[in-house]
Amino acid sequence: MATSGGSLRRYALTRLALVIPMILILLTVVFLLMRVAPGDPIQAALGGKLSAAQLEEKRRAAGFTKPLIVQYGEYLKQVFTLNLGTAITDNQRITTVLKVNGAATLELSFTATLIALVIGVPIGLRAGRLRDSAFDAGGRLFGIITYAAPVFFVGLLFQLVFSKWLNWLPNSGMLSPIDQAELPAHTHLSVVDAIWDHNMSAFVDSLKHLAMPSFTLGLLLCGVVIRLIRTNLIQTLKGDYVEAARARGVPEHKVVMRHAFRNALVPVVTVMGLQAALLLSGAVLTEETFNWPGIGNQLVTYLNNRDYTAVQGIITIFALAVVFISLLIDFVNAAIDPRVRY
Amino acid sequence: MTAASIAEPGGESILDTPPPTTSRPRGPFGRLWQQVKQAQGFSKWLLWVGAGITAVFIVLAVFAPLIAPYGFDQYMAHGVRFAKQGSPNGSHWFGTNVRSVDVLSVVIYGSRTAIEVVMLAVVFSLFVGVPLGLISGYYGGWLDRILVLIMDALFAFPYLLLAIIIAFLLQNSVGSGVLTAAIAITVIYVPQYFRVVRGQVLSAREEPYVEAARALGARPRTIMGRYLFFNVIQSVPVIATLNAADAILTLAGLGFLGFGIQPTQAAEWGYELQRGVADMGAGLWWTSVFPGIAIVSLVTGLTLVGEGLNDVLNPVLRKRSGRRVVLPRRDASATTLPTRQGDNRGRGEELA
Repeated sequence: MATSGGSLRRYALTRLALVIPMILILLTVVFLLMRVAPGDPIQAALGGKLSAAQLEEKRRAAGFTKPLIVQYGEYLKQVFTLNLGTAITDNQRITTVLKVNGAATLELSFTATLIALVIGVPIGLRAGRLRDSAFDAGGRLFGIITYAAPVFFVGLLFQLVFSKWLNWLPNSGMLSPIDQAELPAHTHLSVVDAIWDHNMSAFVDSLKHLAMPSFTLGLLLCGVVIRLIRTNLIQTLKGDYVEAARARGVPEHKVVMRHAFRNALVPVVTVMGLQAALLLSGAVLTEETFNWPGIGNQLVTYLNNRDYTAVQGIITIFALAVVFISLLIDFVNAAIDPRVRY
Repeated sequence: MTAASIAEPGGESILDTPPPTTSRPRGPFGRLWQQVKQAQGFSKWLLWVGAGITAVFIVLAVFAPLIAPYGFDQYMAHGVRFAKQGSPNGSHWFGTNVRSVDVLSVVIYGSRTAIEVVMLAVVFSLFVGVPLGLISGYYGGWLDRILVLIMDALFAFPYLLLAIIIAFLLQNSVGSGVLTAAIAITVIYVPQYFRVVRGQVLSAREEPYVEAARALGARPRTIMGRYLFFNVIQSVPVIATLNAADAILTLAGLGFLGFGIQPTQAAEWGYELQRGVADMGAGLWWTSVFPGIAIVSLVTGLTLVGEGLNDVLNPVLRKRSGRRVVLPRRDASATTLPTRQGDNRGRGEELA
């Protein structure tokens, strides 16, 4: 809480140093969860398909015969050299899974966040300003119901209405088979790849496929956005400086947008960062509903095949992603609010 | 420590300020009840509608065998097998699903499963999270630091993934029933209670009454159990209600992904929705829409109660009727004064 000495650079360095124990703890939790669990990973994944000798060979190759502490060291080394190993069941490298399926998840999550902000911020602002009006009540109810409806249920309803009844949008998947085959994978982000290739039909196709999943996930986040903006705006509107601005005769819409909204944004940015957990959890469910080839979908497949190596690798990726996002959010926060610097 | 306070979500940090004491509170829950009774306008509406919806589901859960027309896995009656995926009709109001089971019965028994799991999960996480928060906040030191790091790590992790992994790992040893689901959900919510309780203990620890108790020679256990516990437990009802709502969604999510309760063990709404994905493609909406509506209603009910409680208990959001004058008690702590002023200012603004 240094008042004058709190430079942005010092904050960034301190915050970066704090990341190391966080990563270590997360990795330890992941490792312990996966290894302390009963059952033999190789047996679980390949039991019945290979002979006992072959299983033993696989076990030694995967390092499961070594003492736990050595395995832990090797796991950490793997993570820090960014080599998360190979899936037992389909021999895919986990880093490849991250690149291909991670891109699909990124595309979905990014669009969903955008949709949530575009819908949620105006509603939240209006609800906060017109507190206890019919609009406020409606906005809050909308927020509660979008939160209360499980993403997969909303997704199913969308599928029923827009795909089955109206036949406007494709039921599931990321691209139609034809475009899937034709479109070269530059970035694995279908929309970006289509633009990259100047492929108009693939571009429209990818947007059509993206519409329902991203709206489903966006609605989930939207409730959180409305709630956050509303609560924080109500609080900042009570501030002395807001009253001072009103006393000076600043028009009400300017008071809300310039004076209150900006300060209300600080906690919103922080909490939106924490919603990364909600976003990623929602993404897993959305991907499963729409058969979207994201990393969550892949994780469920590996879990069903009891592929411990792949599961551990993907969980590690999620853990690192969470740390990275919270770091990013803290930097953004420090940049807009000098009070949070060390 | 600083990282933790930065990461504090706005919604919860408000809860960290203890609600100002009203006149003559009778125990922690007497105080809560008094504030609930004072609820006005929309908050009151939220509370009572939410409580009504929740009560309906509790009745369904308790009396499921009496209310439901068939068993949760019954696919035939009087020697006749029910129609497979039959549309809603007189004998099956909500139709039948792919296993020929009556959807209405599944929905009713599903509320029993949901409430069982959620109650277990909330009780478990209270029993783990609250004491840990008390101890961590009261003693401080290295134990506190390590616990905070672990809890922050768990809190930041995508909760559904955590639950999936726990459920997946427990499938081998505990099986895939109500208990496994409850434990998997517990792990998600422990950090929340821990954080809130710890935060409150940190500020309450320095209060004169705690110091007085310490000066009188009270043991740490007495201080924590007698003095801190009841002052810290205030914000728990709000979190517990909101967590219960969230837990229903998590349970359904687990079921939807296939890591929840199996249909042979109990009826579960999320699992029904998973089976409904294929039906939906064929236009058979009733197998998933009814369980889905059940989830939405119960979660909405619980959320309304939580939101209403938050409105009533949260000093920043609270509004009381203008006429009631509540004077601070003589021993009221200094922290209650600013919020009261804030309250008055808010009221003045509305009058203006």
